[in-house]
Amino acid sequence: MQTIVAYVENKPGVLNRVASLTRRLAINIDSLTVDPTENEEVARMTICAHTDERGALRLEASLEKLVDVLVAENISDRSMLERDLALIKVAADQQNRPHLMELIKVFRGRVVDVAPESLIVEVSGTVDKIDGLLEVLRPFGVLEMARTGRIAMTRGNDLLRPPEATSGAPAGNAPASS
Amino acid sequence: MKLTGAQILCETLERLGVRHVFGYPGGAILPVYDALGKSKLHHILVRHEQGATHMADGYARATGGVGVAMATSGPGATNMVTGIATAMLDSSPVVCITGQVSSKLLGSDAFQEVDITGITMPITKHNVVVSKVEDVARTVREAFIIANSGRPGPVLVDITKDAQQASTDFEWDACQPKLPPKRIRNNHDQAEFDRAVELLNSAKRPVILAGRGIMLSGAMRTFEQFVRTSNIPVAMTLLGIGCFPATDPMNLGMMGMHGEAWVNTAIQEADLLLAVGMRFDDRVTGDLRKYARNARKIHIEVDRAEINKNVQVDAAIIGDAGETLSNLLPHIHTRDHSAWLAHIKELKGDSAVRDIQSLPDSGHLYAAHVINDLWKVTKGGAIVVTDVGQHQMWEAQYYHHDKPRTLITSGGLGTMGFALPAAIGAKFARPESEVWVVCGDGGFQMTMCELATIVQEKINLKIAIINNGYLGMVRQWQEFFYDKRYVATPLVAPDFVALANAFGIRSERVITRKEVVPAIESARSVDQAVLLDFRVEQEDSVYPMVPAGAALHDMIRRPNNPLVETATES
Repeated sequence: MQTIVAYVENKPGVLNRVASLTRRLAINIDSLTVDPTENEEVARMTICAHTDERGALRLEASLEKLVDVLVAENISDRSMLERDLALIKVAADQQNRPHLMELIKVFRGRVVDVAPESLIVEVSGTVDKIDGLLEVLRPFGVLEMARTGRIAMTRGNDLLRPPEATSGAPAGNAPASS
Repeated sequence: MKLTGAQILCETLERLGVRHVFGYPGGAILPVYDALGKSKLHHILVRHEQGATHMADGYARATGGVGVAMATSGPGATNMVTGIATAMLDSSPVVCITGQVSSKLLGSDAFQEVDITGITMPITKHNVVVSKVEDVARTVREAFIIANSGRPGPVLVDITKDAQQASTDFEWDACQPKLPPKRIRNNHDQAEFDRAVELLNSAKRPVILAGRGIMLSGAMRTFEQFVRTSNIPVAMTLLGIGCFPATDPMNLGMMGMHGEAWVNTAIQEADLLLAVGMRFDDRVTGDLRKYARNARKIHIEVDRAEINKNVQVDAAIIGDAGETLSNLLPHIHTRDHSAWLAHIKELKGDSAVRDIQSLPDSGHLYAAHVINDLWKVTKGGAIVVTDVGQHQMWEAQYYHHDKPRTLITSGGLGTMGFALPAAIGAKFARPESEVWVVCGDGGFQMTMCELATIVQEKINLKIAIINNGYLGMVRQWQEFFYDKRYVATPLVAPDFVALANAFGIRSERVITRKEVVPAIESARSVDQAVLLDFRVEQEDSVYPMVPAGAALHDMIRRPNNPLVETATES
């Protein structure tokens, strides 16, 4: 699994271009999140893709070729944090509810809704942690689940920021020479 | 000054230096055509929008500037798809302008509505819908910059009809391009650079693989200097032909599937390959696992995504070809490679192309004759635009190009039907040049409607149809790999001479060898279009050939006497 963080223009169609590119490269996306940044013209994407290092390099380089992608960076080998958030609706009745709550506590999950025959757990953390909780909850009956997909950030001074907007025309080759 | 979007578009194109627009009108682009009529732009009415894109592409390839194609929405736009993909695969700077239904109707399946930006997303460098008159000038300016910067490519601008019709105050300076603030990558890696220098200065059997990137970078002179200084022989990709004189002793010729045996053998025996502005296409490498296994590899390439894509390299320098070669030059020692060069010369041996001219006249006409004679008569000075297939490979083998941008051919996409329209574009770009179309009878029938464009525009184009009654290259594959089962390759063609005459074009049929030179000379002597129908040997094959998926040295070699190998009487 490779994790690429990209800053892109926050406008319609950009997600389509990114998705179209991964399809063309035959790279399967495991999770893709898009979120606004403090600059409303720029969005941040975290792309987790099923590919090897070479595939990730190609994806990263190809992403940066898209006019609307400002930066793309493979951070898989860097020191970084990855987080996923899940809401899990699990079957629960009077009898097993206390037992369930104990298990959820071990995984630092929170019960955010209780109904007569089910409850909803909110849990965030690494994919492994959420998968672990899921494993434990499965015997009780997982009725529904929603996950946000991963977001990732490099640690410490390793900053990944969008480039500052520059004014004026960018350098380019002279157009028609006819 | 208040102008409509359509007027702004024409004004913008003029200010960007455009003089020719290849296009076809229709409902959703009518406002633009109305404005075109009052502008200084010369609009060339094509007969099919695919032709418009190939013309813009040929125009771009002949000059290095941006070619412009125009079409209406829906079918007009979808007809452009093949031409756009052709330009994309060969990194050609083309700007396509399409009309689109009014913005209020977008997404409603209106008459002639199609999501052309969706359709062309994977085959354009960039595309964009313009639905506000205020955005027309800026977007078109951006399109020109994108199309012709870095690694060039096609850009499509889809303009809604209401944006063409609406008016706004137009001021050129207020419509500055505003491209996204992309990070400028510092691609300079001193370690890679130093490794490349070290490899270059220590190689014993080096070969340079020269691609179209050298021409796109305008680096022909620097490249030549590099070859002289490094004393390394050059093999060329199909699209690299012309970046270094074919007649130079350091030029080995074309590599790859139909490259000469000594070129491919030299690559397989090399201890160093320096790839410049090329992308290790499968037609160039053959089986990757067996490709140049003894060679260390250096890759100079402007597109970072091409590095290590097909071939893992030992040193990669990301950057413009000319700039990179200039940076390398002062570090390169001139080394004595005489043993290596002598060895390559030896490889040529009896596998060298027999001078087709000196072979006895067997009474049969061969495509190689025609092309070699064309080279001799034109003294190598023409721009030759080819289609795709056998004649294309023979052209690459027998027409020796000494100047850049004199061979225009669809390499990456291999688009049949490319030649005739692309040549029209090239002729508009370089009206002072002699332009020849070299085309098969199959490909010619795909876009021959553009003969009418030639007549309407009164342009002086020479057309050589290499007519063998087959889809020749496919037939050749069927002969070699499908036990001569010629399924769907025998091809009925119209009487091309009568057809040309019907269009009002002079034409002549050539059946024997001795008629070739007089026919070419006579065609050249008139200042008008001429079509020559060369009836060549039907079951002739292109040699050598590396079968698809085989190792590069594993070639089907040219038979000892190329003149007797054909089966069918003409």
